[in-house]
Amino acid sequence: MATVKEFRNSIRPNWCPGCGDFAVQAAMQRALGNLDLEPENVAIISGIGCSGRISGYVNAYGFHGVHGRSLPVAQGVKLANRKLTVLAAGGDGDGFGIGLNHFMHAVRRNMDITYIVMDNQIYGLTKGQHSPTSSFGFKAKTTPAGNIENSISPLQVSLAAGITYLAQGFSHDVNQLTELIQGGIEHKGFSLINVFSPCVTYNKVNTYEWYKEHTVNLNQFADYNPLDRGAAIAKVIETDGLCTGLIFKDTEKPVFEDLVKGYQDAPIVDQDLTLGQERFDRIMAEFA
Amino acid sequence: MLQELSWKVGGQQGEGIDSTGKTFSSSLNKMGYFIYSYRHFSSRIKGGHTNDKVRVSTVQRFSSADALDILLAFDQETIDFNGHELRPGGVVIADAKFNPTLPADIAKDVSLFSIPFTKIAEQNGAAIMKNMVALGATSFVMGLPPDFCAAELQSKFGKKSQKIVEQNLLAVKAGYEAMEQQGRTFPEFALAPATPDHHLLMIGNDAIGFGALAAGVRVMPAYPITPASDVMEYLIRQLPAVGGLVIQTEDEIAALNMTIGASYAGSRTLTATSGPGLSLMMEAIGLAGMTETPVVIVDTQRGGPSTGLPTKHEQSDMYAVLFGTHGEIPKIVLAPATAEECFYASVQSFNYAEQYQCPTLLITDLALSLASQSVMPFDYSKVTIDRGLLATAEDLAQVGPSDMFKRYERLENGVSPRVFPGQKGGLHHVTGVEHNEIGRPDEGAANHVKMMDKRLGKLKDVELPGSVSYRGAQDPDVLLVAVGSSYGPISEALDRLEAAGLSVGHAHVHVLSPFPVKSLSQRMQRARQVIVVESNATGQLFHLMRFYGLSHAEMSSYTKYDGTPFLPREVEEKVRGLMIAWQR
Repeated sequence: MATVKEFRNSIRPNWCPGCGDFAVQAAMQRALGNLDLEPENVAIISGIGCSGRISGYVNAYGFHGVHGRSLPVAQGVKLANRKLTVLAAGGDGDGFGIGLNHFMHAVRRNMDITYIVMDNQIYGLTKGQHSPTSSFGFKAKTTPAGNIENSISPLQVSLAAGITYLAQGFSHDVNQLTELIQGGIEHKGFSLINVFSPCVTYNKVNTYEWYKEHTVNLNQFADYNPLDRGAAIAKVIETDGLCTGLIFKDTEKPVFEDLVKGYQDAPIVDQDLTLGQERFDRIMAEFA
Repeated sequence: MLQELSWKVGGQQGEGIDSTGKTFSSSLNKMGYFIYSYRHFSSRIKGGHTNDKVRVSTVQRFSSADALDILLAFDQETIDFNGHELRPGGVVIADAKFNPTLPADIAKDVSLFSIPFTKIAEQNGAAIMKNMVALGATSFVMGLPPDFCAAELQSKFGKKSQKIVEQNLLAVKAGYEAMEQQGRTFPEFALAPATPDHHLLMIGNDAIGFGALAAGVRVMPAYPITPASDVMEYLIRQLPAVGGLVIQTEDEIAALNMTIGASYAGSRTLTATSGPGLSLMMEAIGLAGMTETPVVIVDTQRGGPSTGLPTKHEQSDMYAVLFGTHGEIPKIVLAPATAEECFYASVQSFNYAEQYQCPTLLITDLALSLASQSVMPFDYSKVTIDRGLLATAEDLAQVGPSDMFKRYERLENGVSPRVFPGQKGGLHHVTGVEHNEIGRPDEGAANHVKMMDKRLGKLKDVELPGSVSYRGAQDPDVLLVAVGSSYGPISEALDRLEAAGLSVGHAHVHVLSPFPVKSLSQRMQRARQVIVVESNATGQLFHLMRFYGLSHAEMSSYTKYDGTPFLPREVEEKVRGLMIAWQR
């Protein structure tokens, strides 16, 4: 039986002390352990950025691809072996800047993949440029006079694209984050867990304290129903996207893998690839 | 009696020109003739001139003919645009509906027959069958029975309704009779009897798709693009039956990254694209090279640069394919010459990709991808699946509980065993960052050199079998070097030049990477003069040869980049011209 320990390895992350990503790493390891998964049956695909290194910091199969393309790789992995638990991870620049196109399409495709975004509203690894989730007016190296672009709302974008599991966490609350990630993995379909994961080095605005002050836990709303898409959209607008918890869940929508014609339960990786003379001849006869 | 005949049907895009050509080609292919059919089309759905030029022969051909014998026209534009291709004594059969006339520059003794295709079709049920009437008129000229296309129509419409088959056949017969009533016979157009052989008729893209299926492909992520889409369309029809799928991605970047993901997780996968998509794939090609993930990428070259000529022929991606992606990675590039070779090269590309664990590109050109060719049935016994070096159960059992699998352990030839996610004992890391044996980032100087040498060493001093084929004189006065579908027109030019007593050879390049320096060098040394023939403006193959150190005192470049493939006559005349100049 696997526990959180099995998902830990000896690599020391190259994140700054206090980085929000440590909590995401811990929450991922706990969630995987709680679900009693074996490390070899988990594949973590990540993009580029500080957070993209996470695929090397969890003891599982890890693939660290190019910038913004973790989701296409993750979907390819899932297609080849649908029995694997596939996680994709990266930062806000990776997912909502260079990779936004893939994100939208991954959402509407709805494969059974869990996507964890460590959103710090800044580019950290390249040393402090503004990101697609940086607020209007935000000052960064590339916005010395303040950001004149509107920020992306990952939550609204997800709901608009028809996401089937949407949650938002905060690195300060590892317990809640673990639950949300666990819920995402258990959910049959595409899930996004957007995590406020502060950059302690370059973002002096959106700090732990700032998030503590500005975010609201959805638990506080006794009558909030995450199965109600309309209510979810309203709540995201009402809180200006600064809410944590399970925002929306659709348990009805079928997953991509179940809709593919002829797709078998046995993973492709286990199939016999030989066509055989008889089938070969039959297919060739179509050209006669 | 003619050993071969060249026929063309033309009209507006969207009025069934394509299907008329197909019915004609398939029917004659079924009768045992060899077909080579090349379509002229433009990048729009309806409207604009389109034509299908079909060569019917008693021997296998891989090129369009120099001149046209019969032109079937559904509008005046077809006659005006294509009339100059007719040989003296050729025939134009046109719909009386548009009062056809012959242009002033038409060859001597070309006759025009105005047949009311549309009217006859209407009398027989529907105007849409005008194509069938036209085919009937053709069959009379060629001395074919009016039911020559019965088998093809049966297989095309039989499942839908027997009545449609009968109606179409009546329309063909009516066209035949209308031509008969013109009061002329055409003994000079009669075709010699066909071979008794059974041929398949396919385009290069179909052959690639079929090859991929036979090689065990299960996942194809791709984005539609001319002229590559047929590969995905073929596999969309075939993969569900074997539990696989084609997934249409949001762009080519996703297509190749998804291909990489599926391959990493153990599936045989490919993607197919053309120039613009290839440009978008460049970063991921580097990722596949760096992570040693086997992928097969089909690049069907079309006219560039940028959007270029999406529906026209060119061979101008060679530099991009060979040198594309930043940094340095090993790459295998196969360049088949015929549809038959497309099949076997497709099968082999998956073996190479997995044996050498590097991106493998299969490049064609538009003529090869889209021209229909008669091919002899493929030999299944030649289809092998070799997945390359995979970790054995013993290998994995030896990995300690807290150790990582050495996925990038440097073995003698640089190839290390693969494992797939899901395998116990195989945990390792994969990254596009320079890494060590277990895939952990390692930017150390010594490690980088070691790993670069490991990856690049996989193809060092390798020349793959069949990289260069050769025909012609052993010590030729003129050596022609070419790649891709130019094989067809050059082969014919060679036959004619040899028949005229000239000493000519043709070295054809079938593998562009690793570049076959040795084989080409041997051929070049024995030739007095070398001409590199290719469909691009800058002479890419010519310069590649130089780049790889191949030199010759008399080496020249012959390029064509007007969007059309070479004709045998053009190559023949070029060689004759050069030989005359040279003998002076």
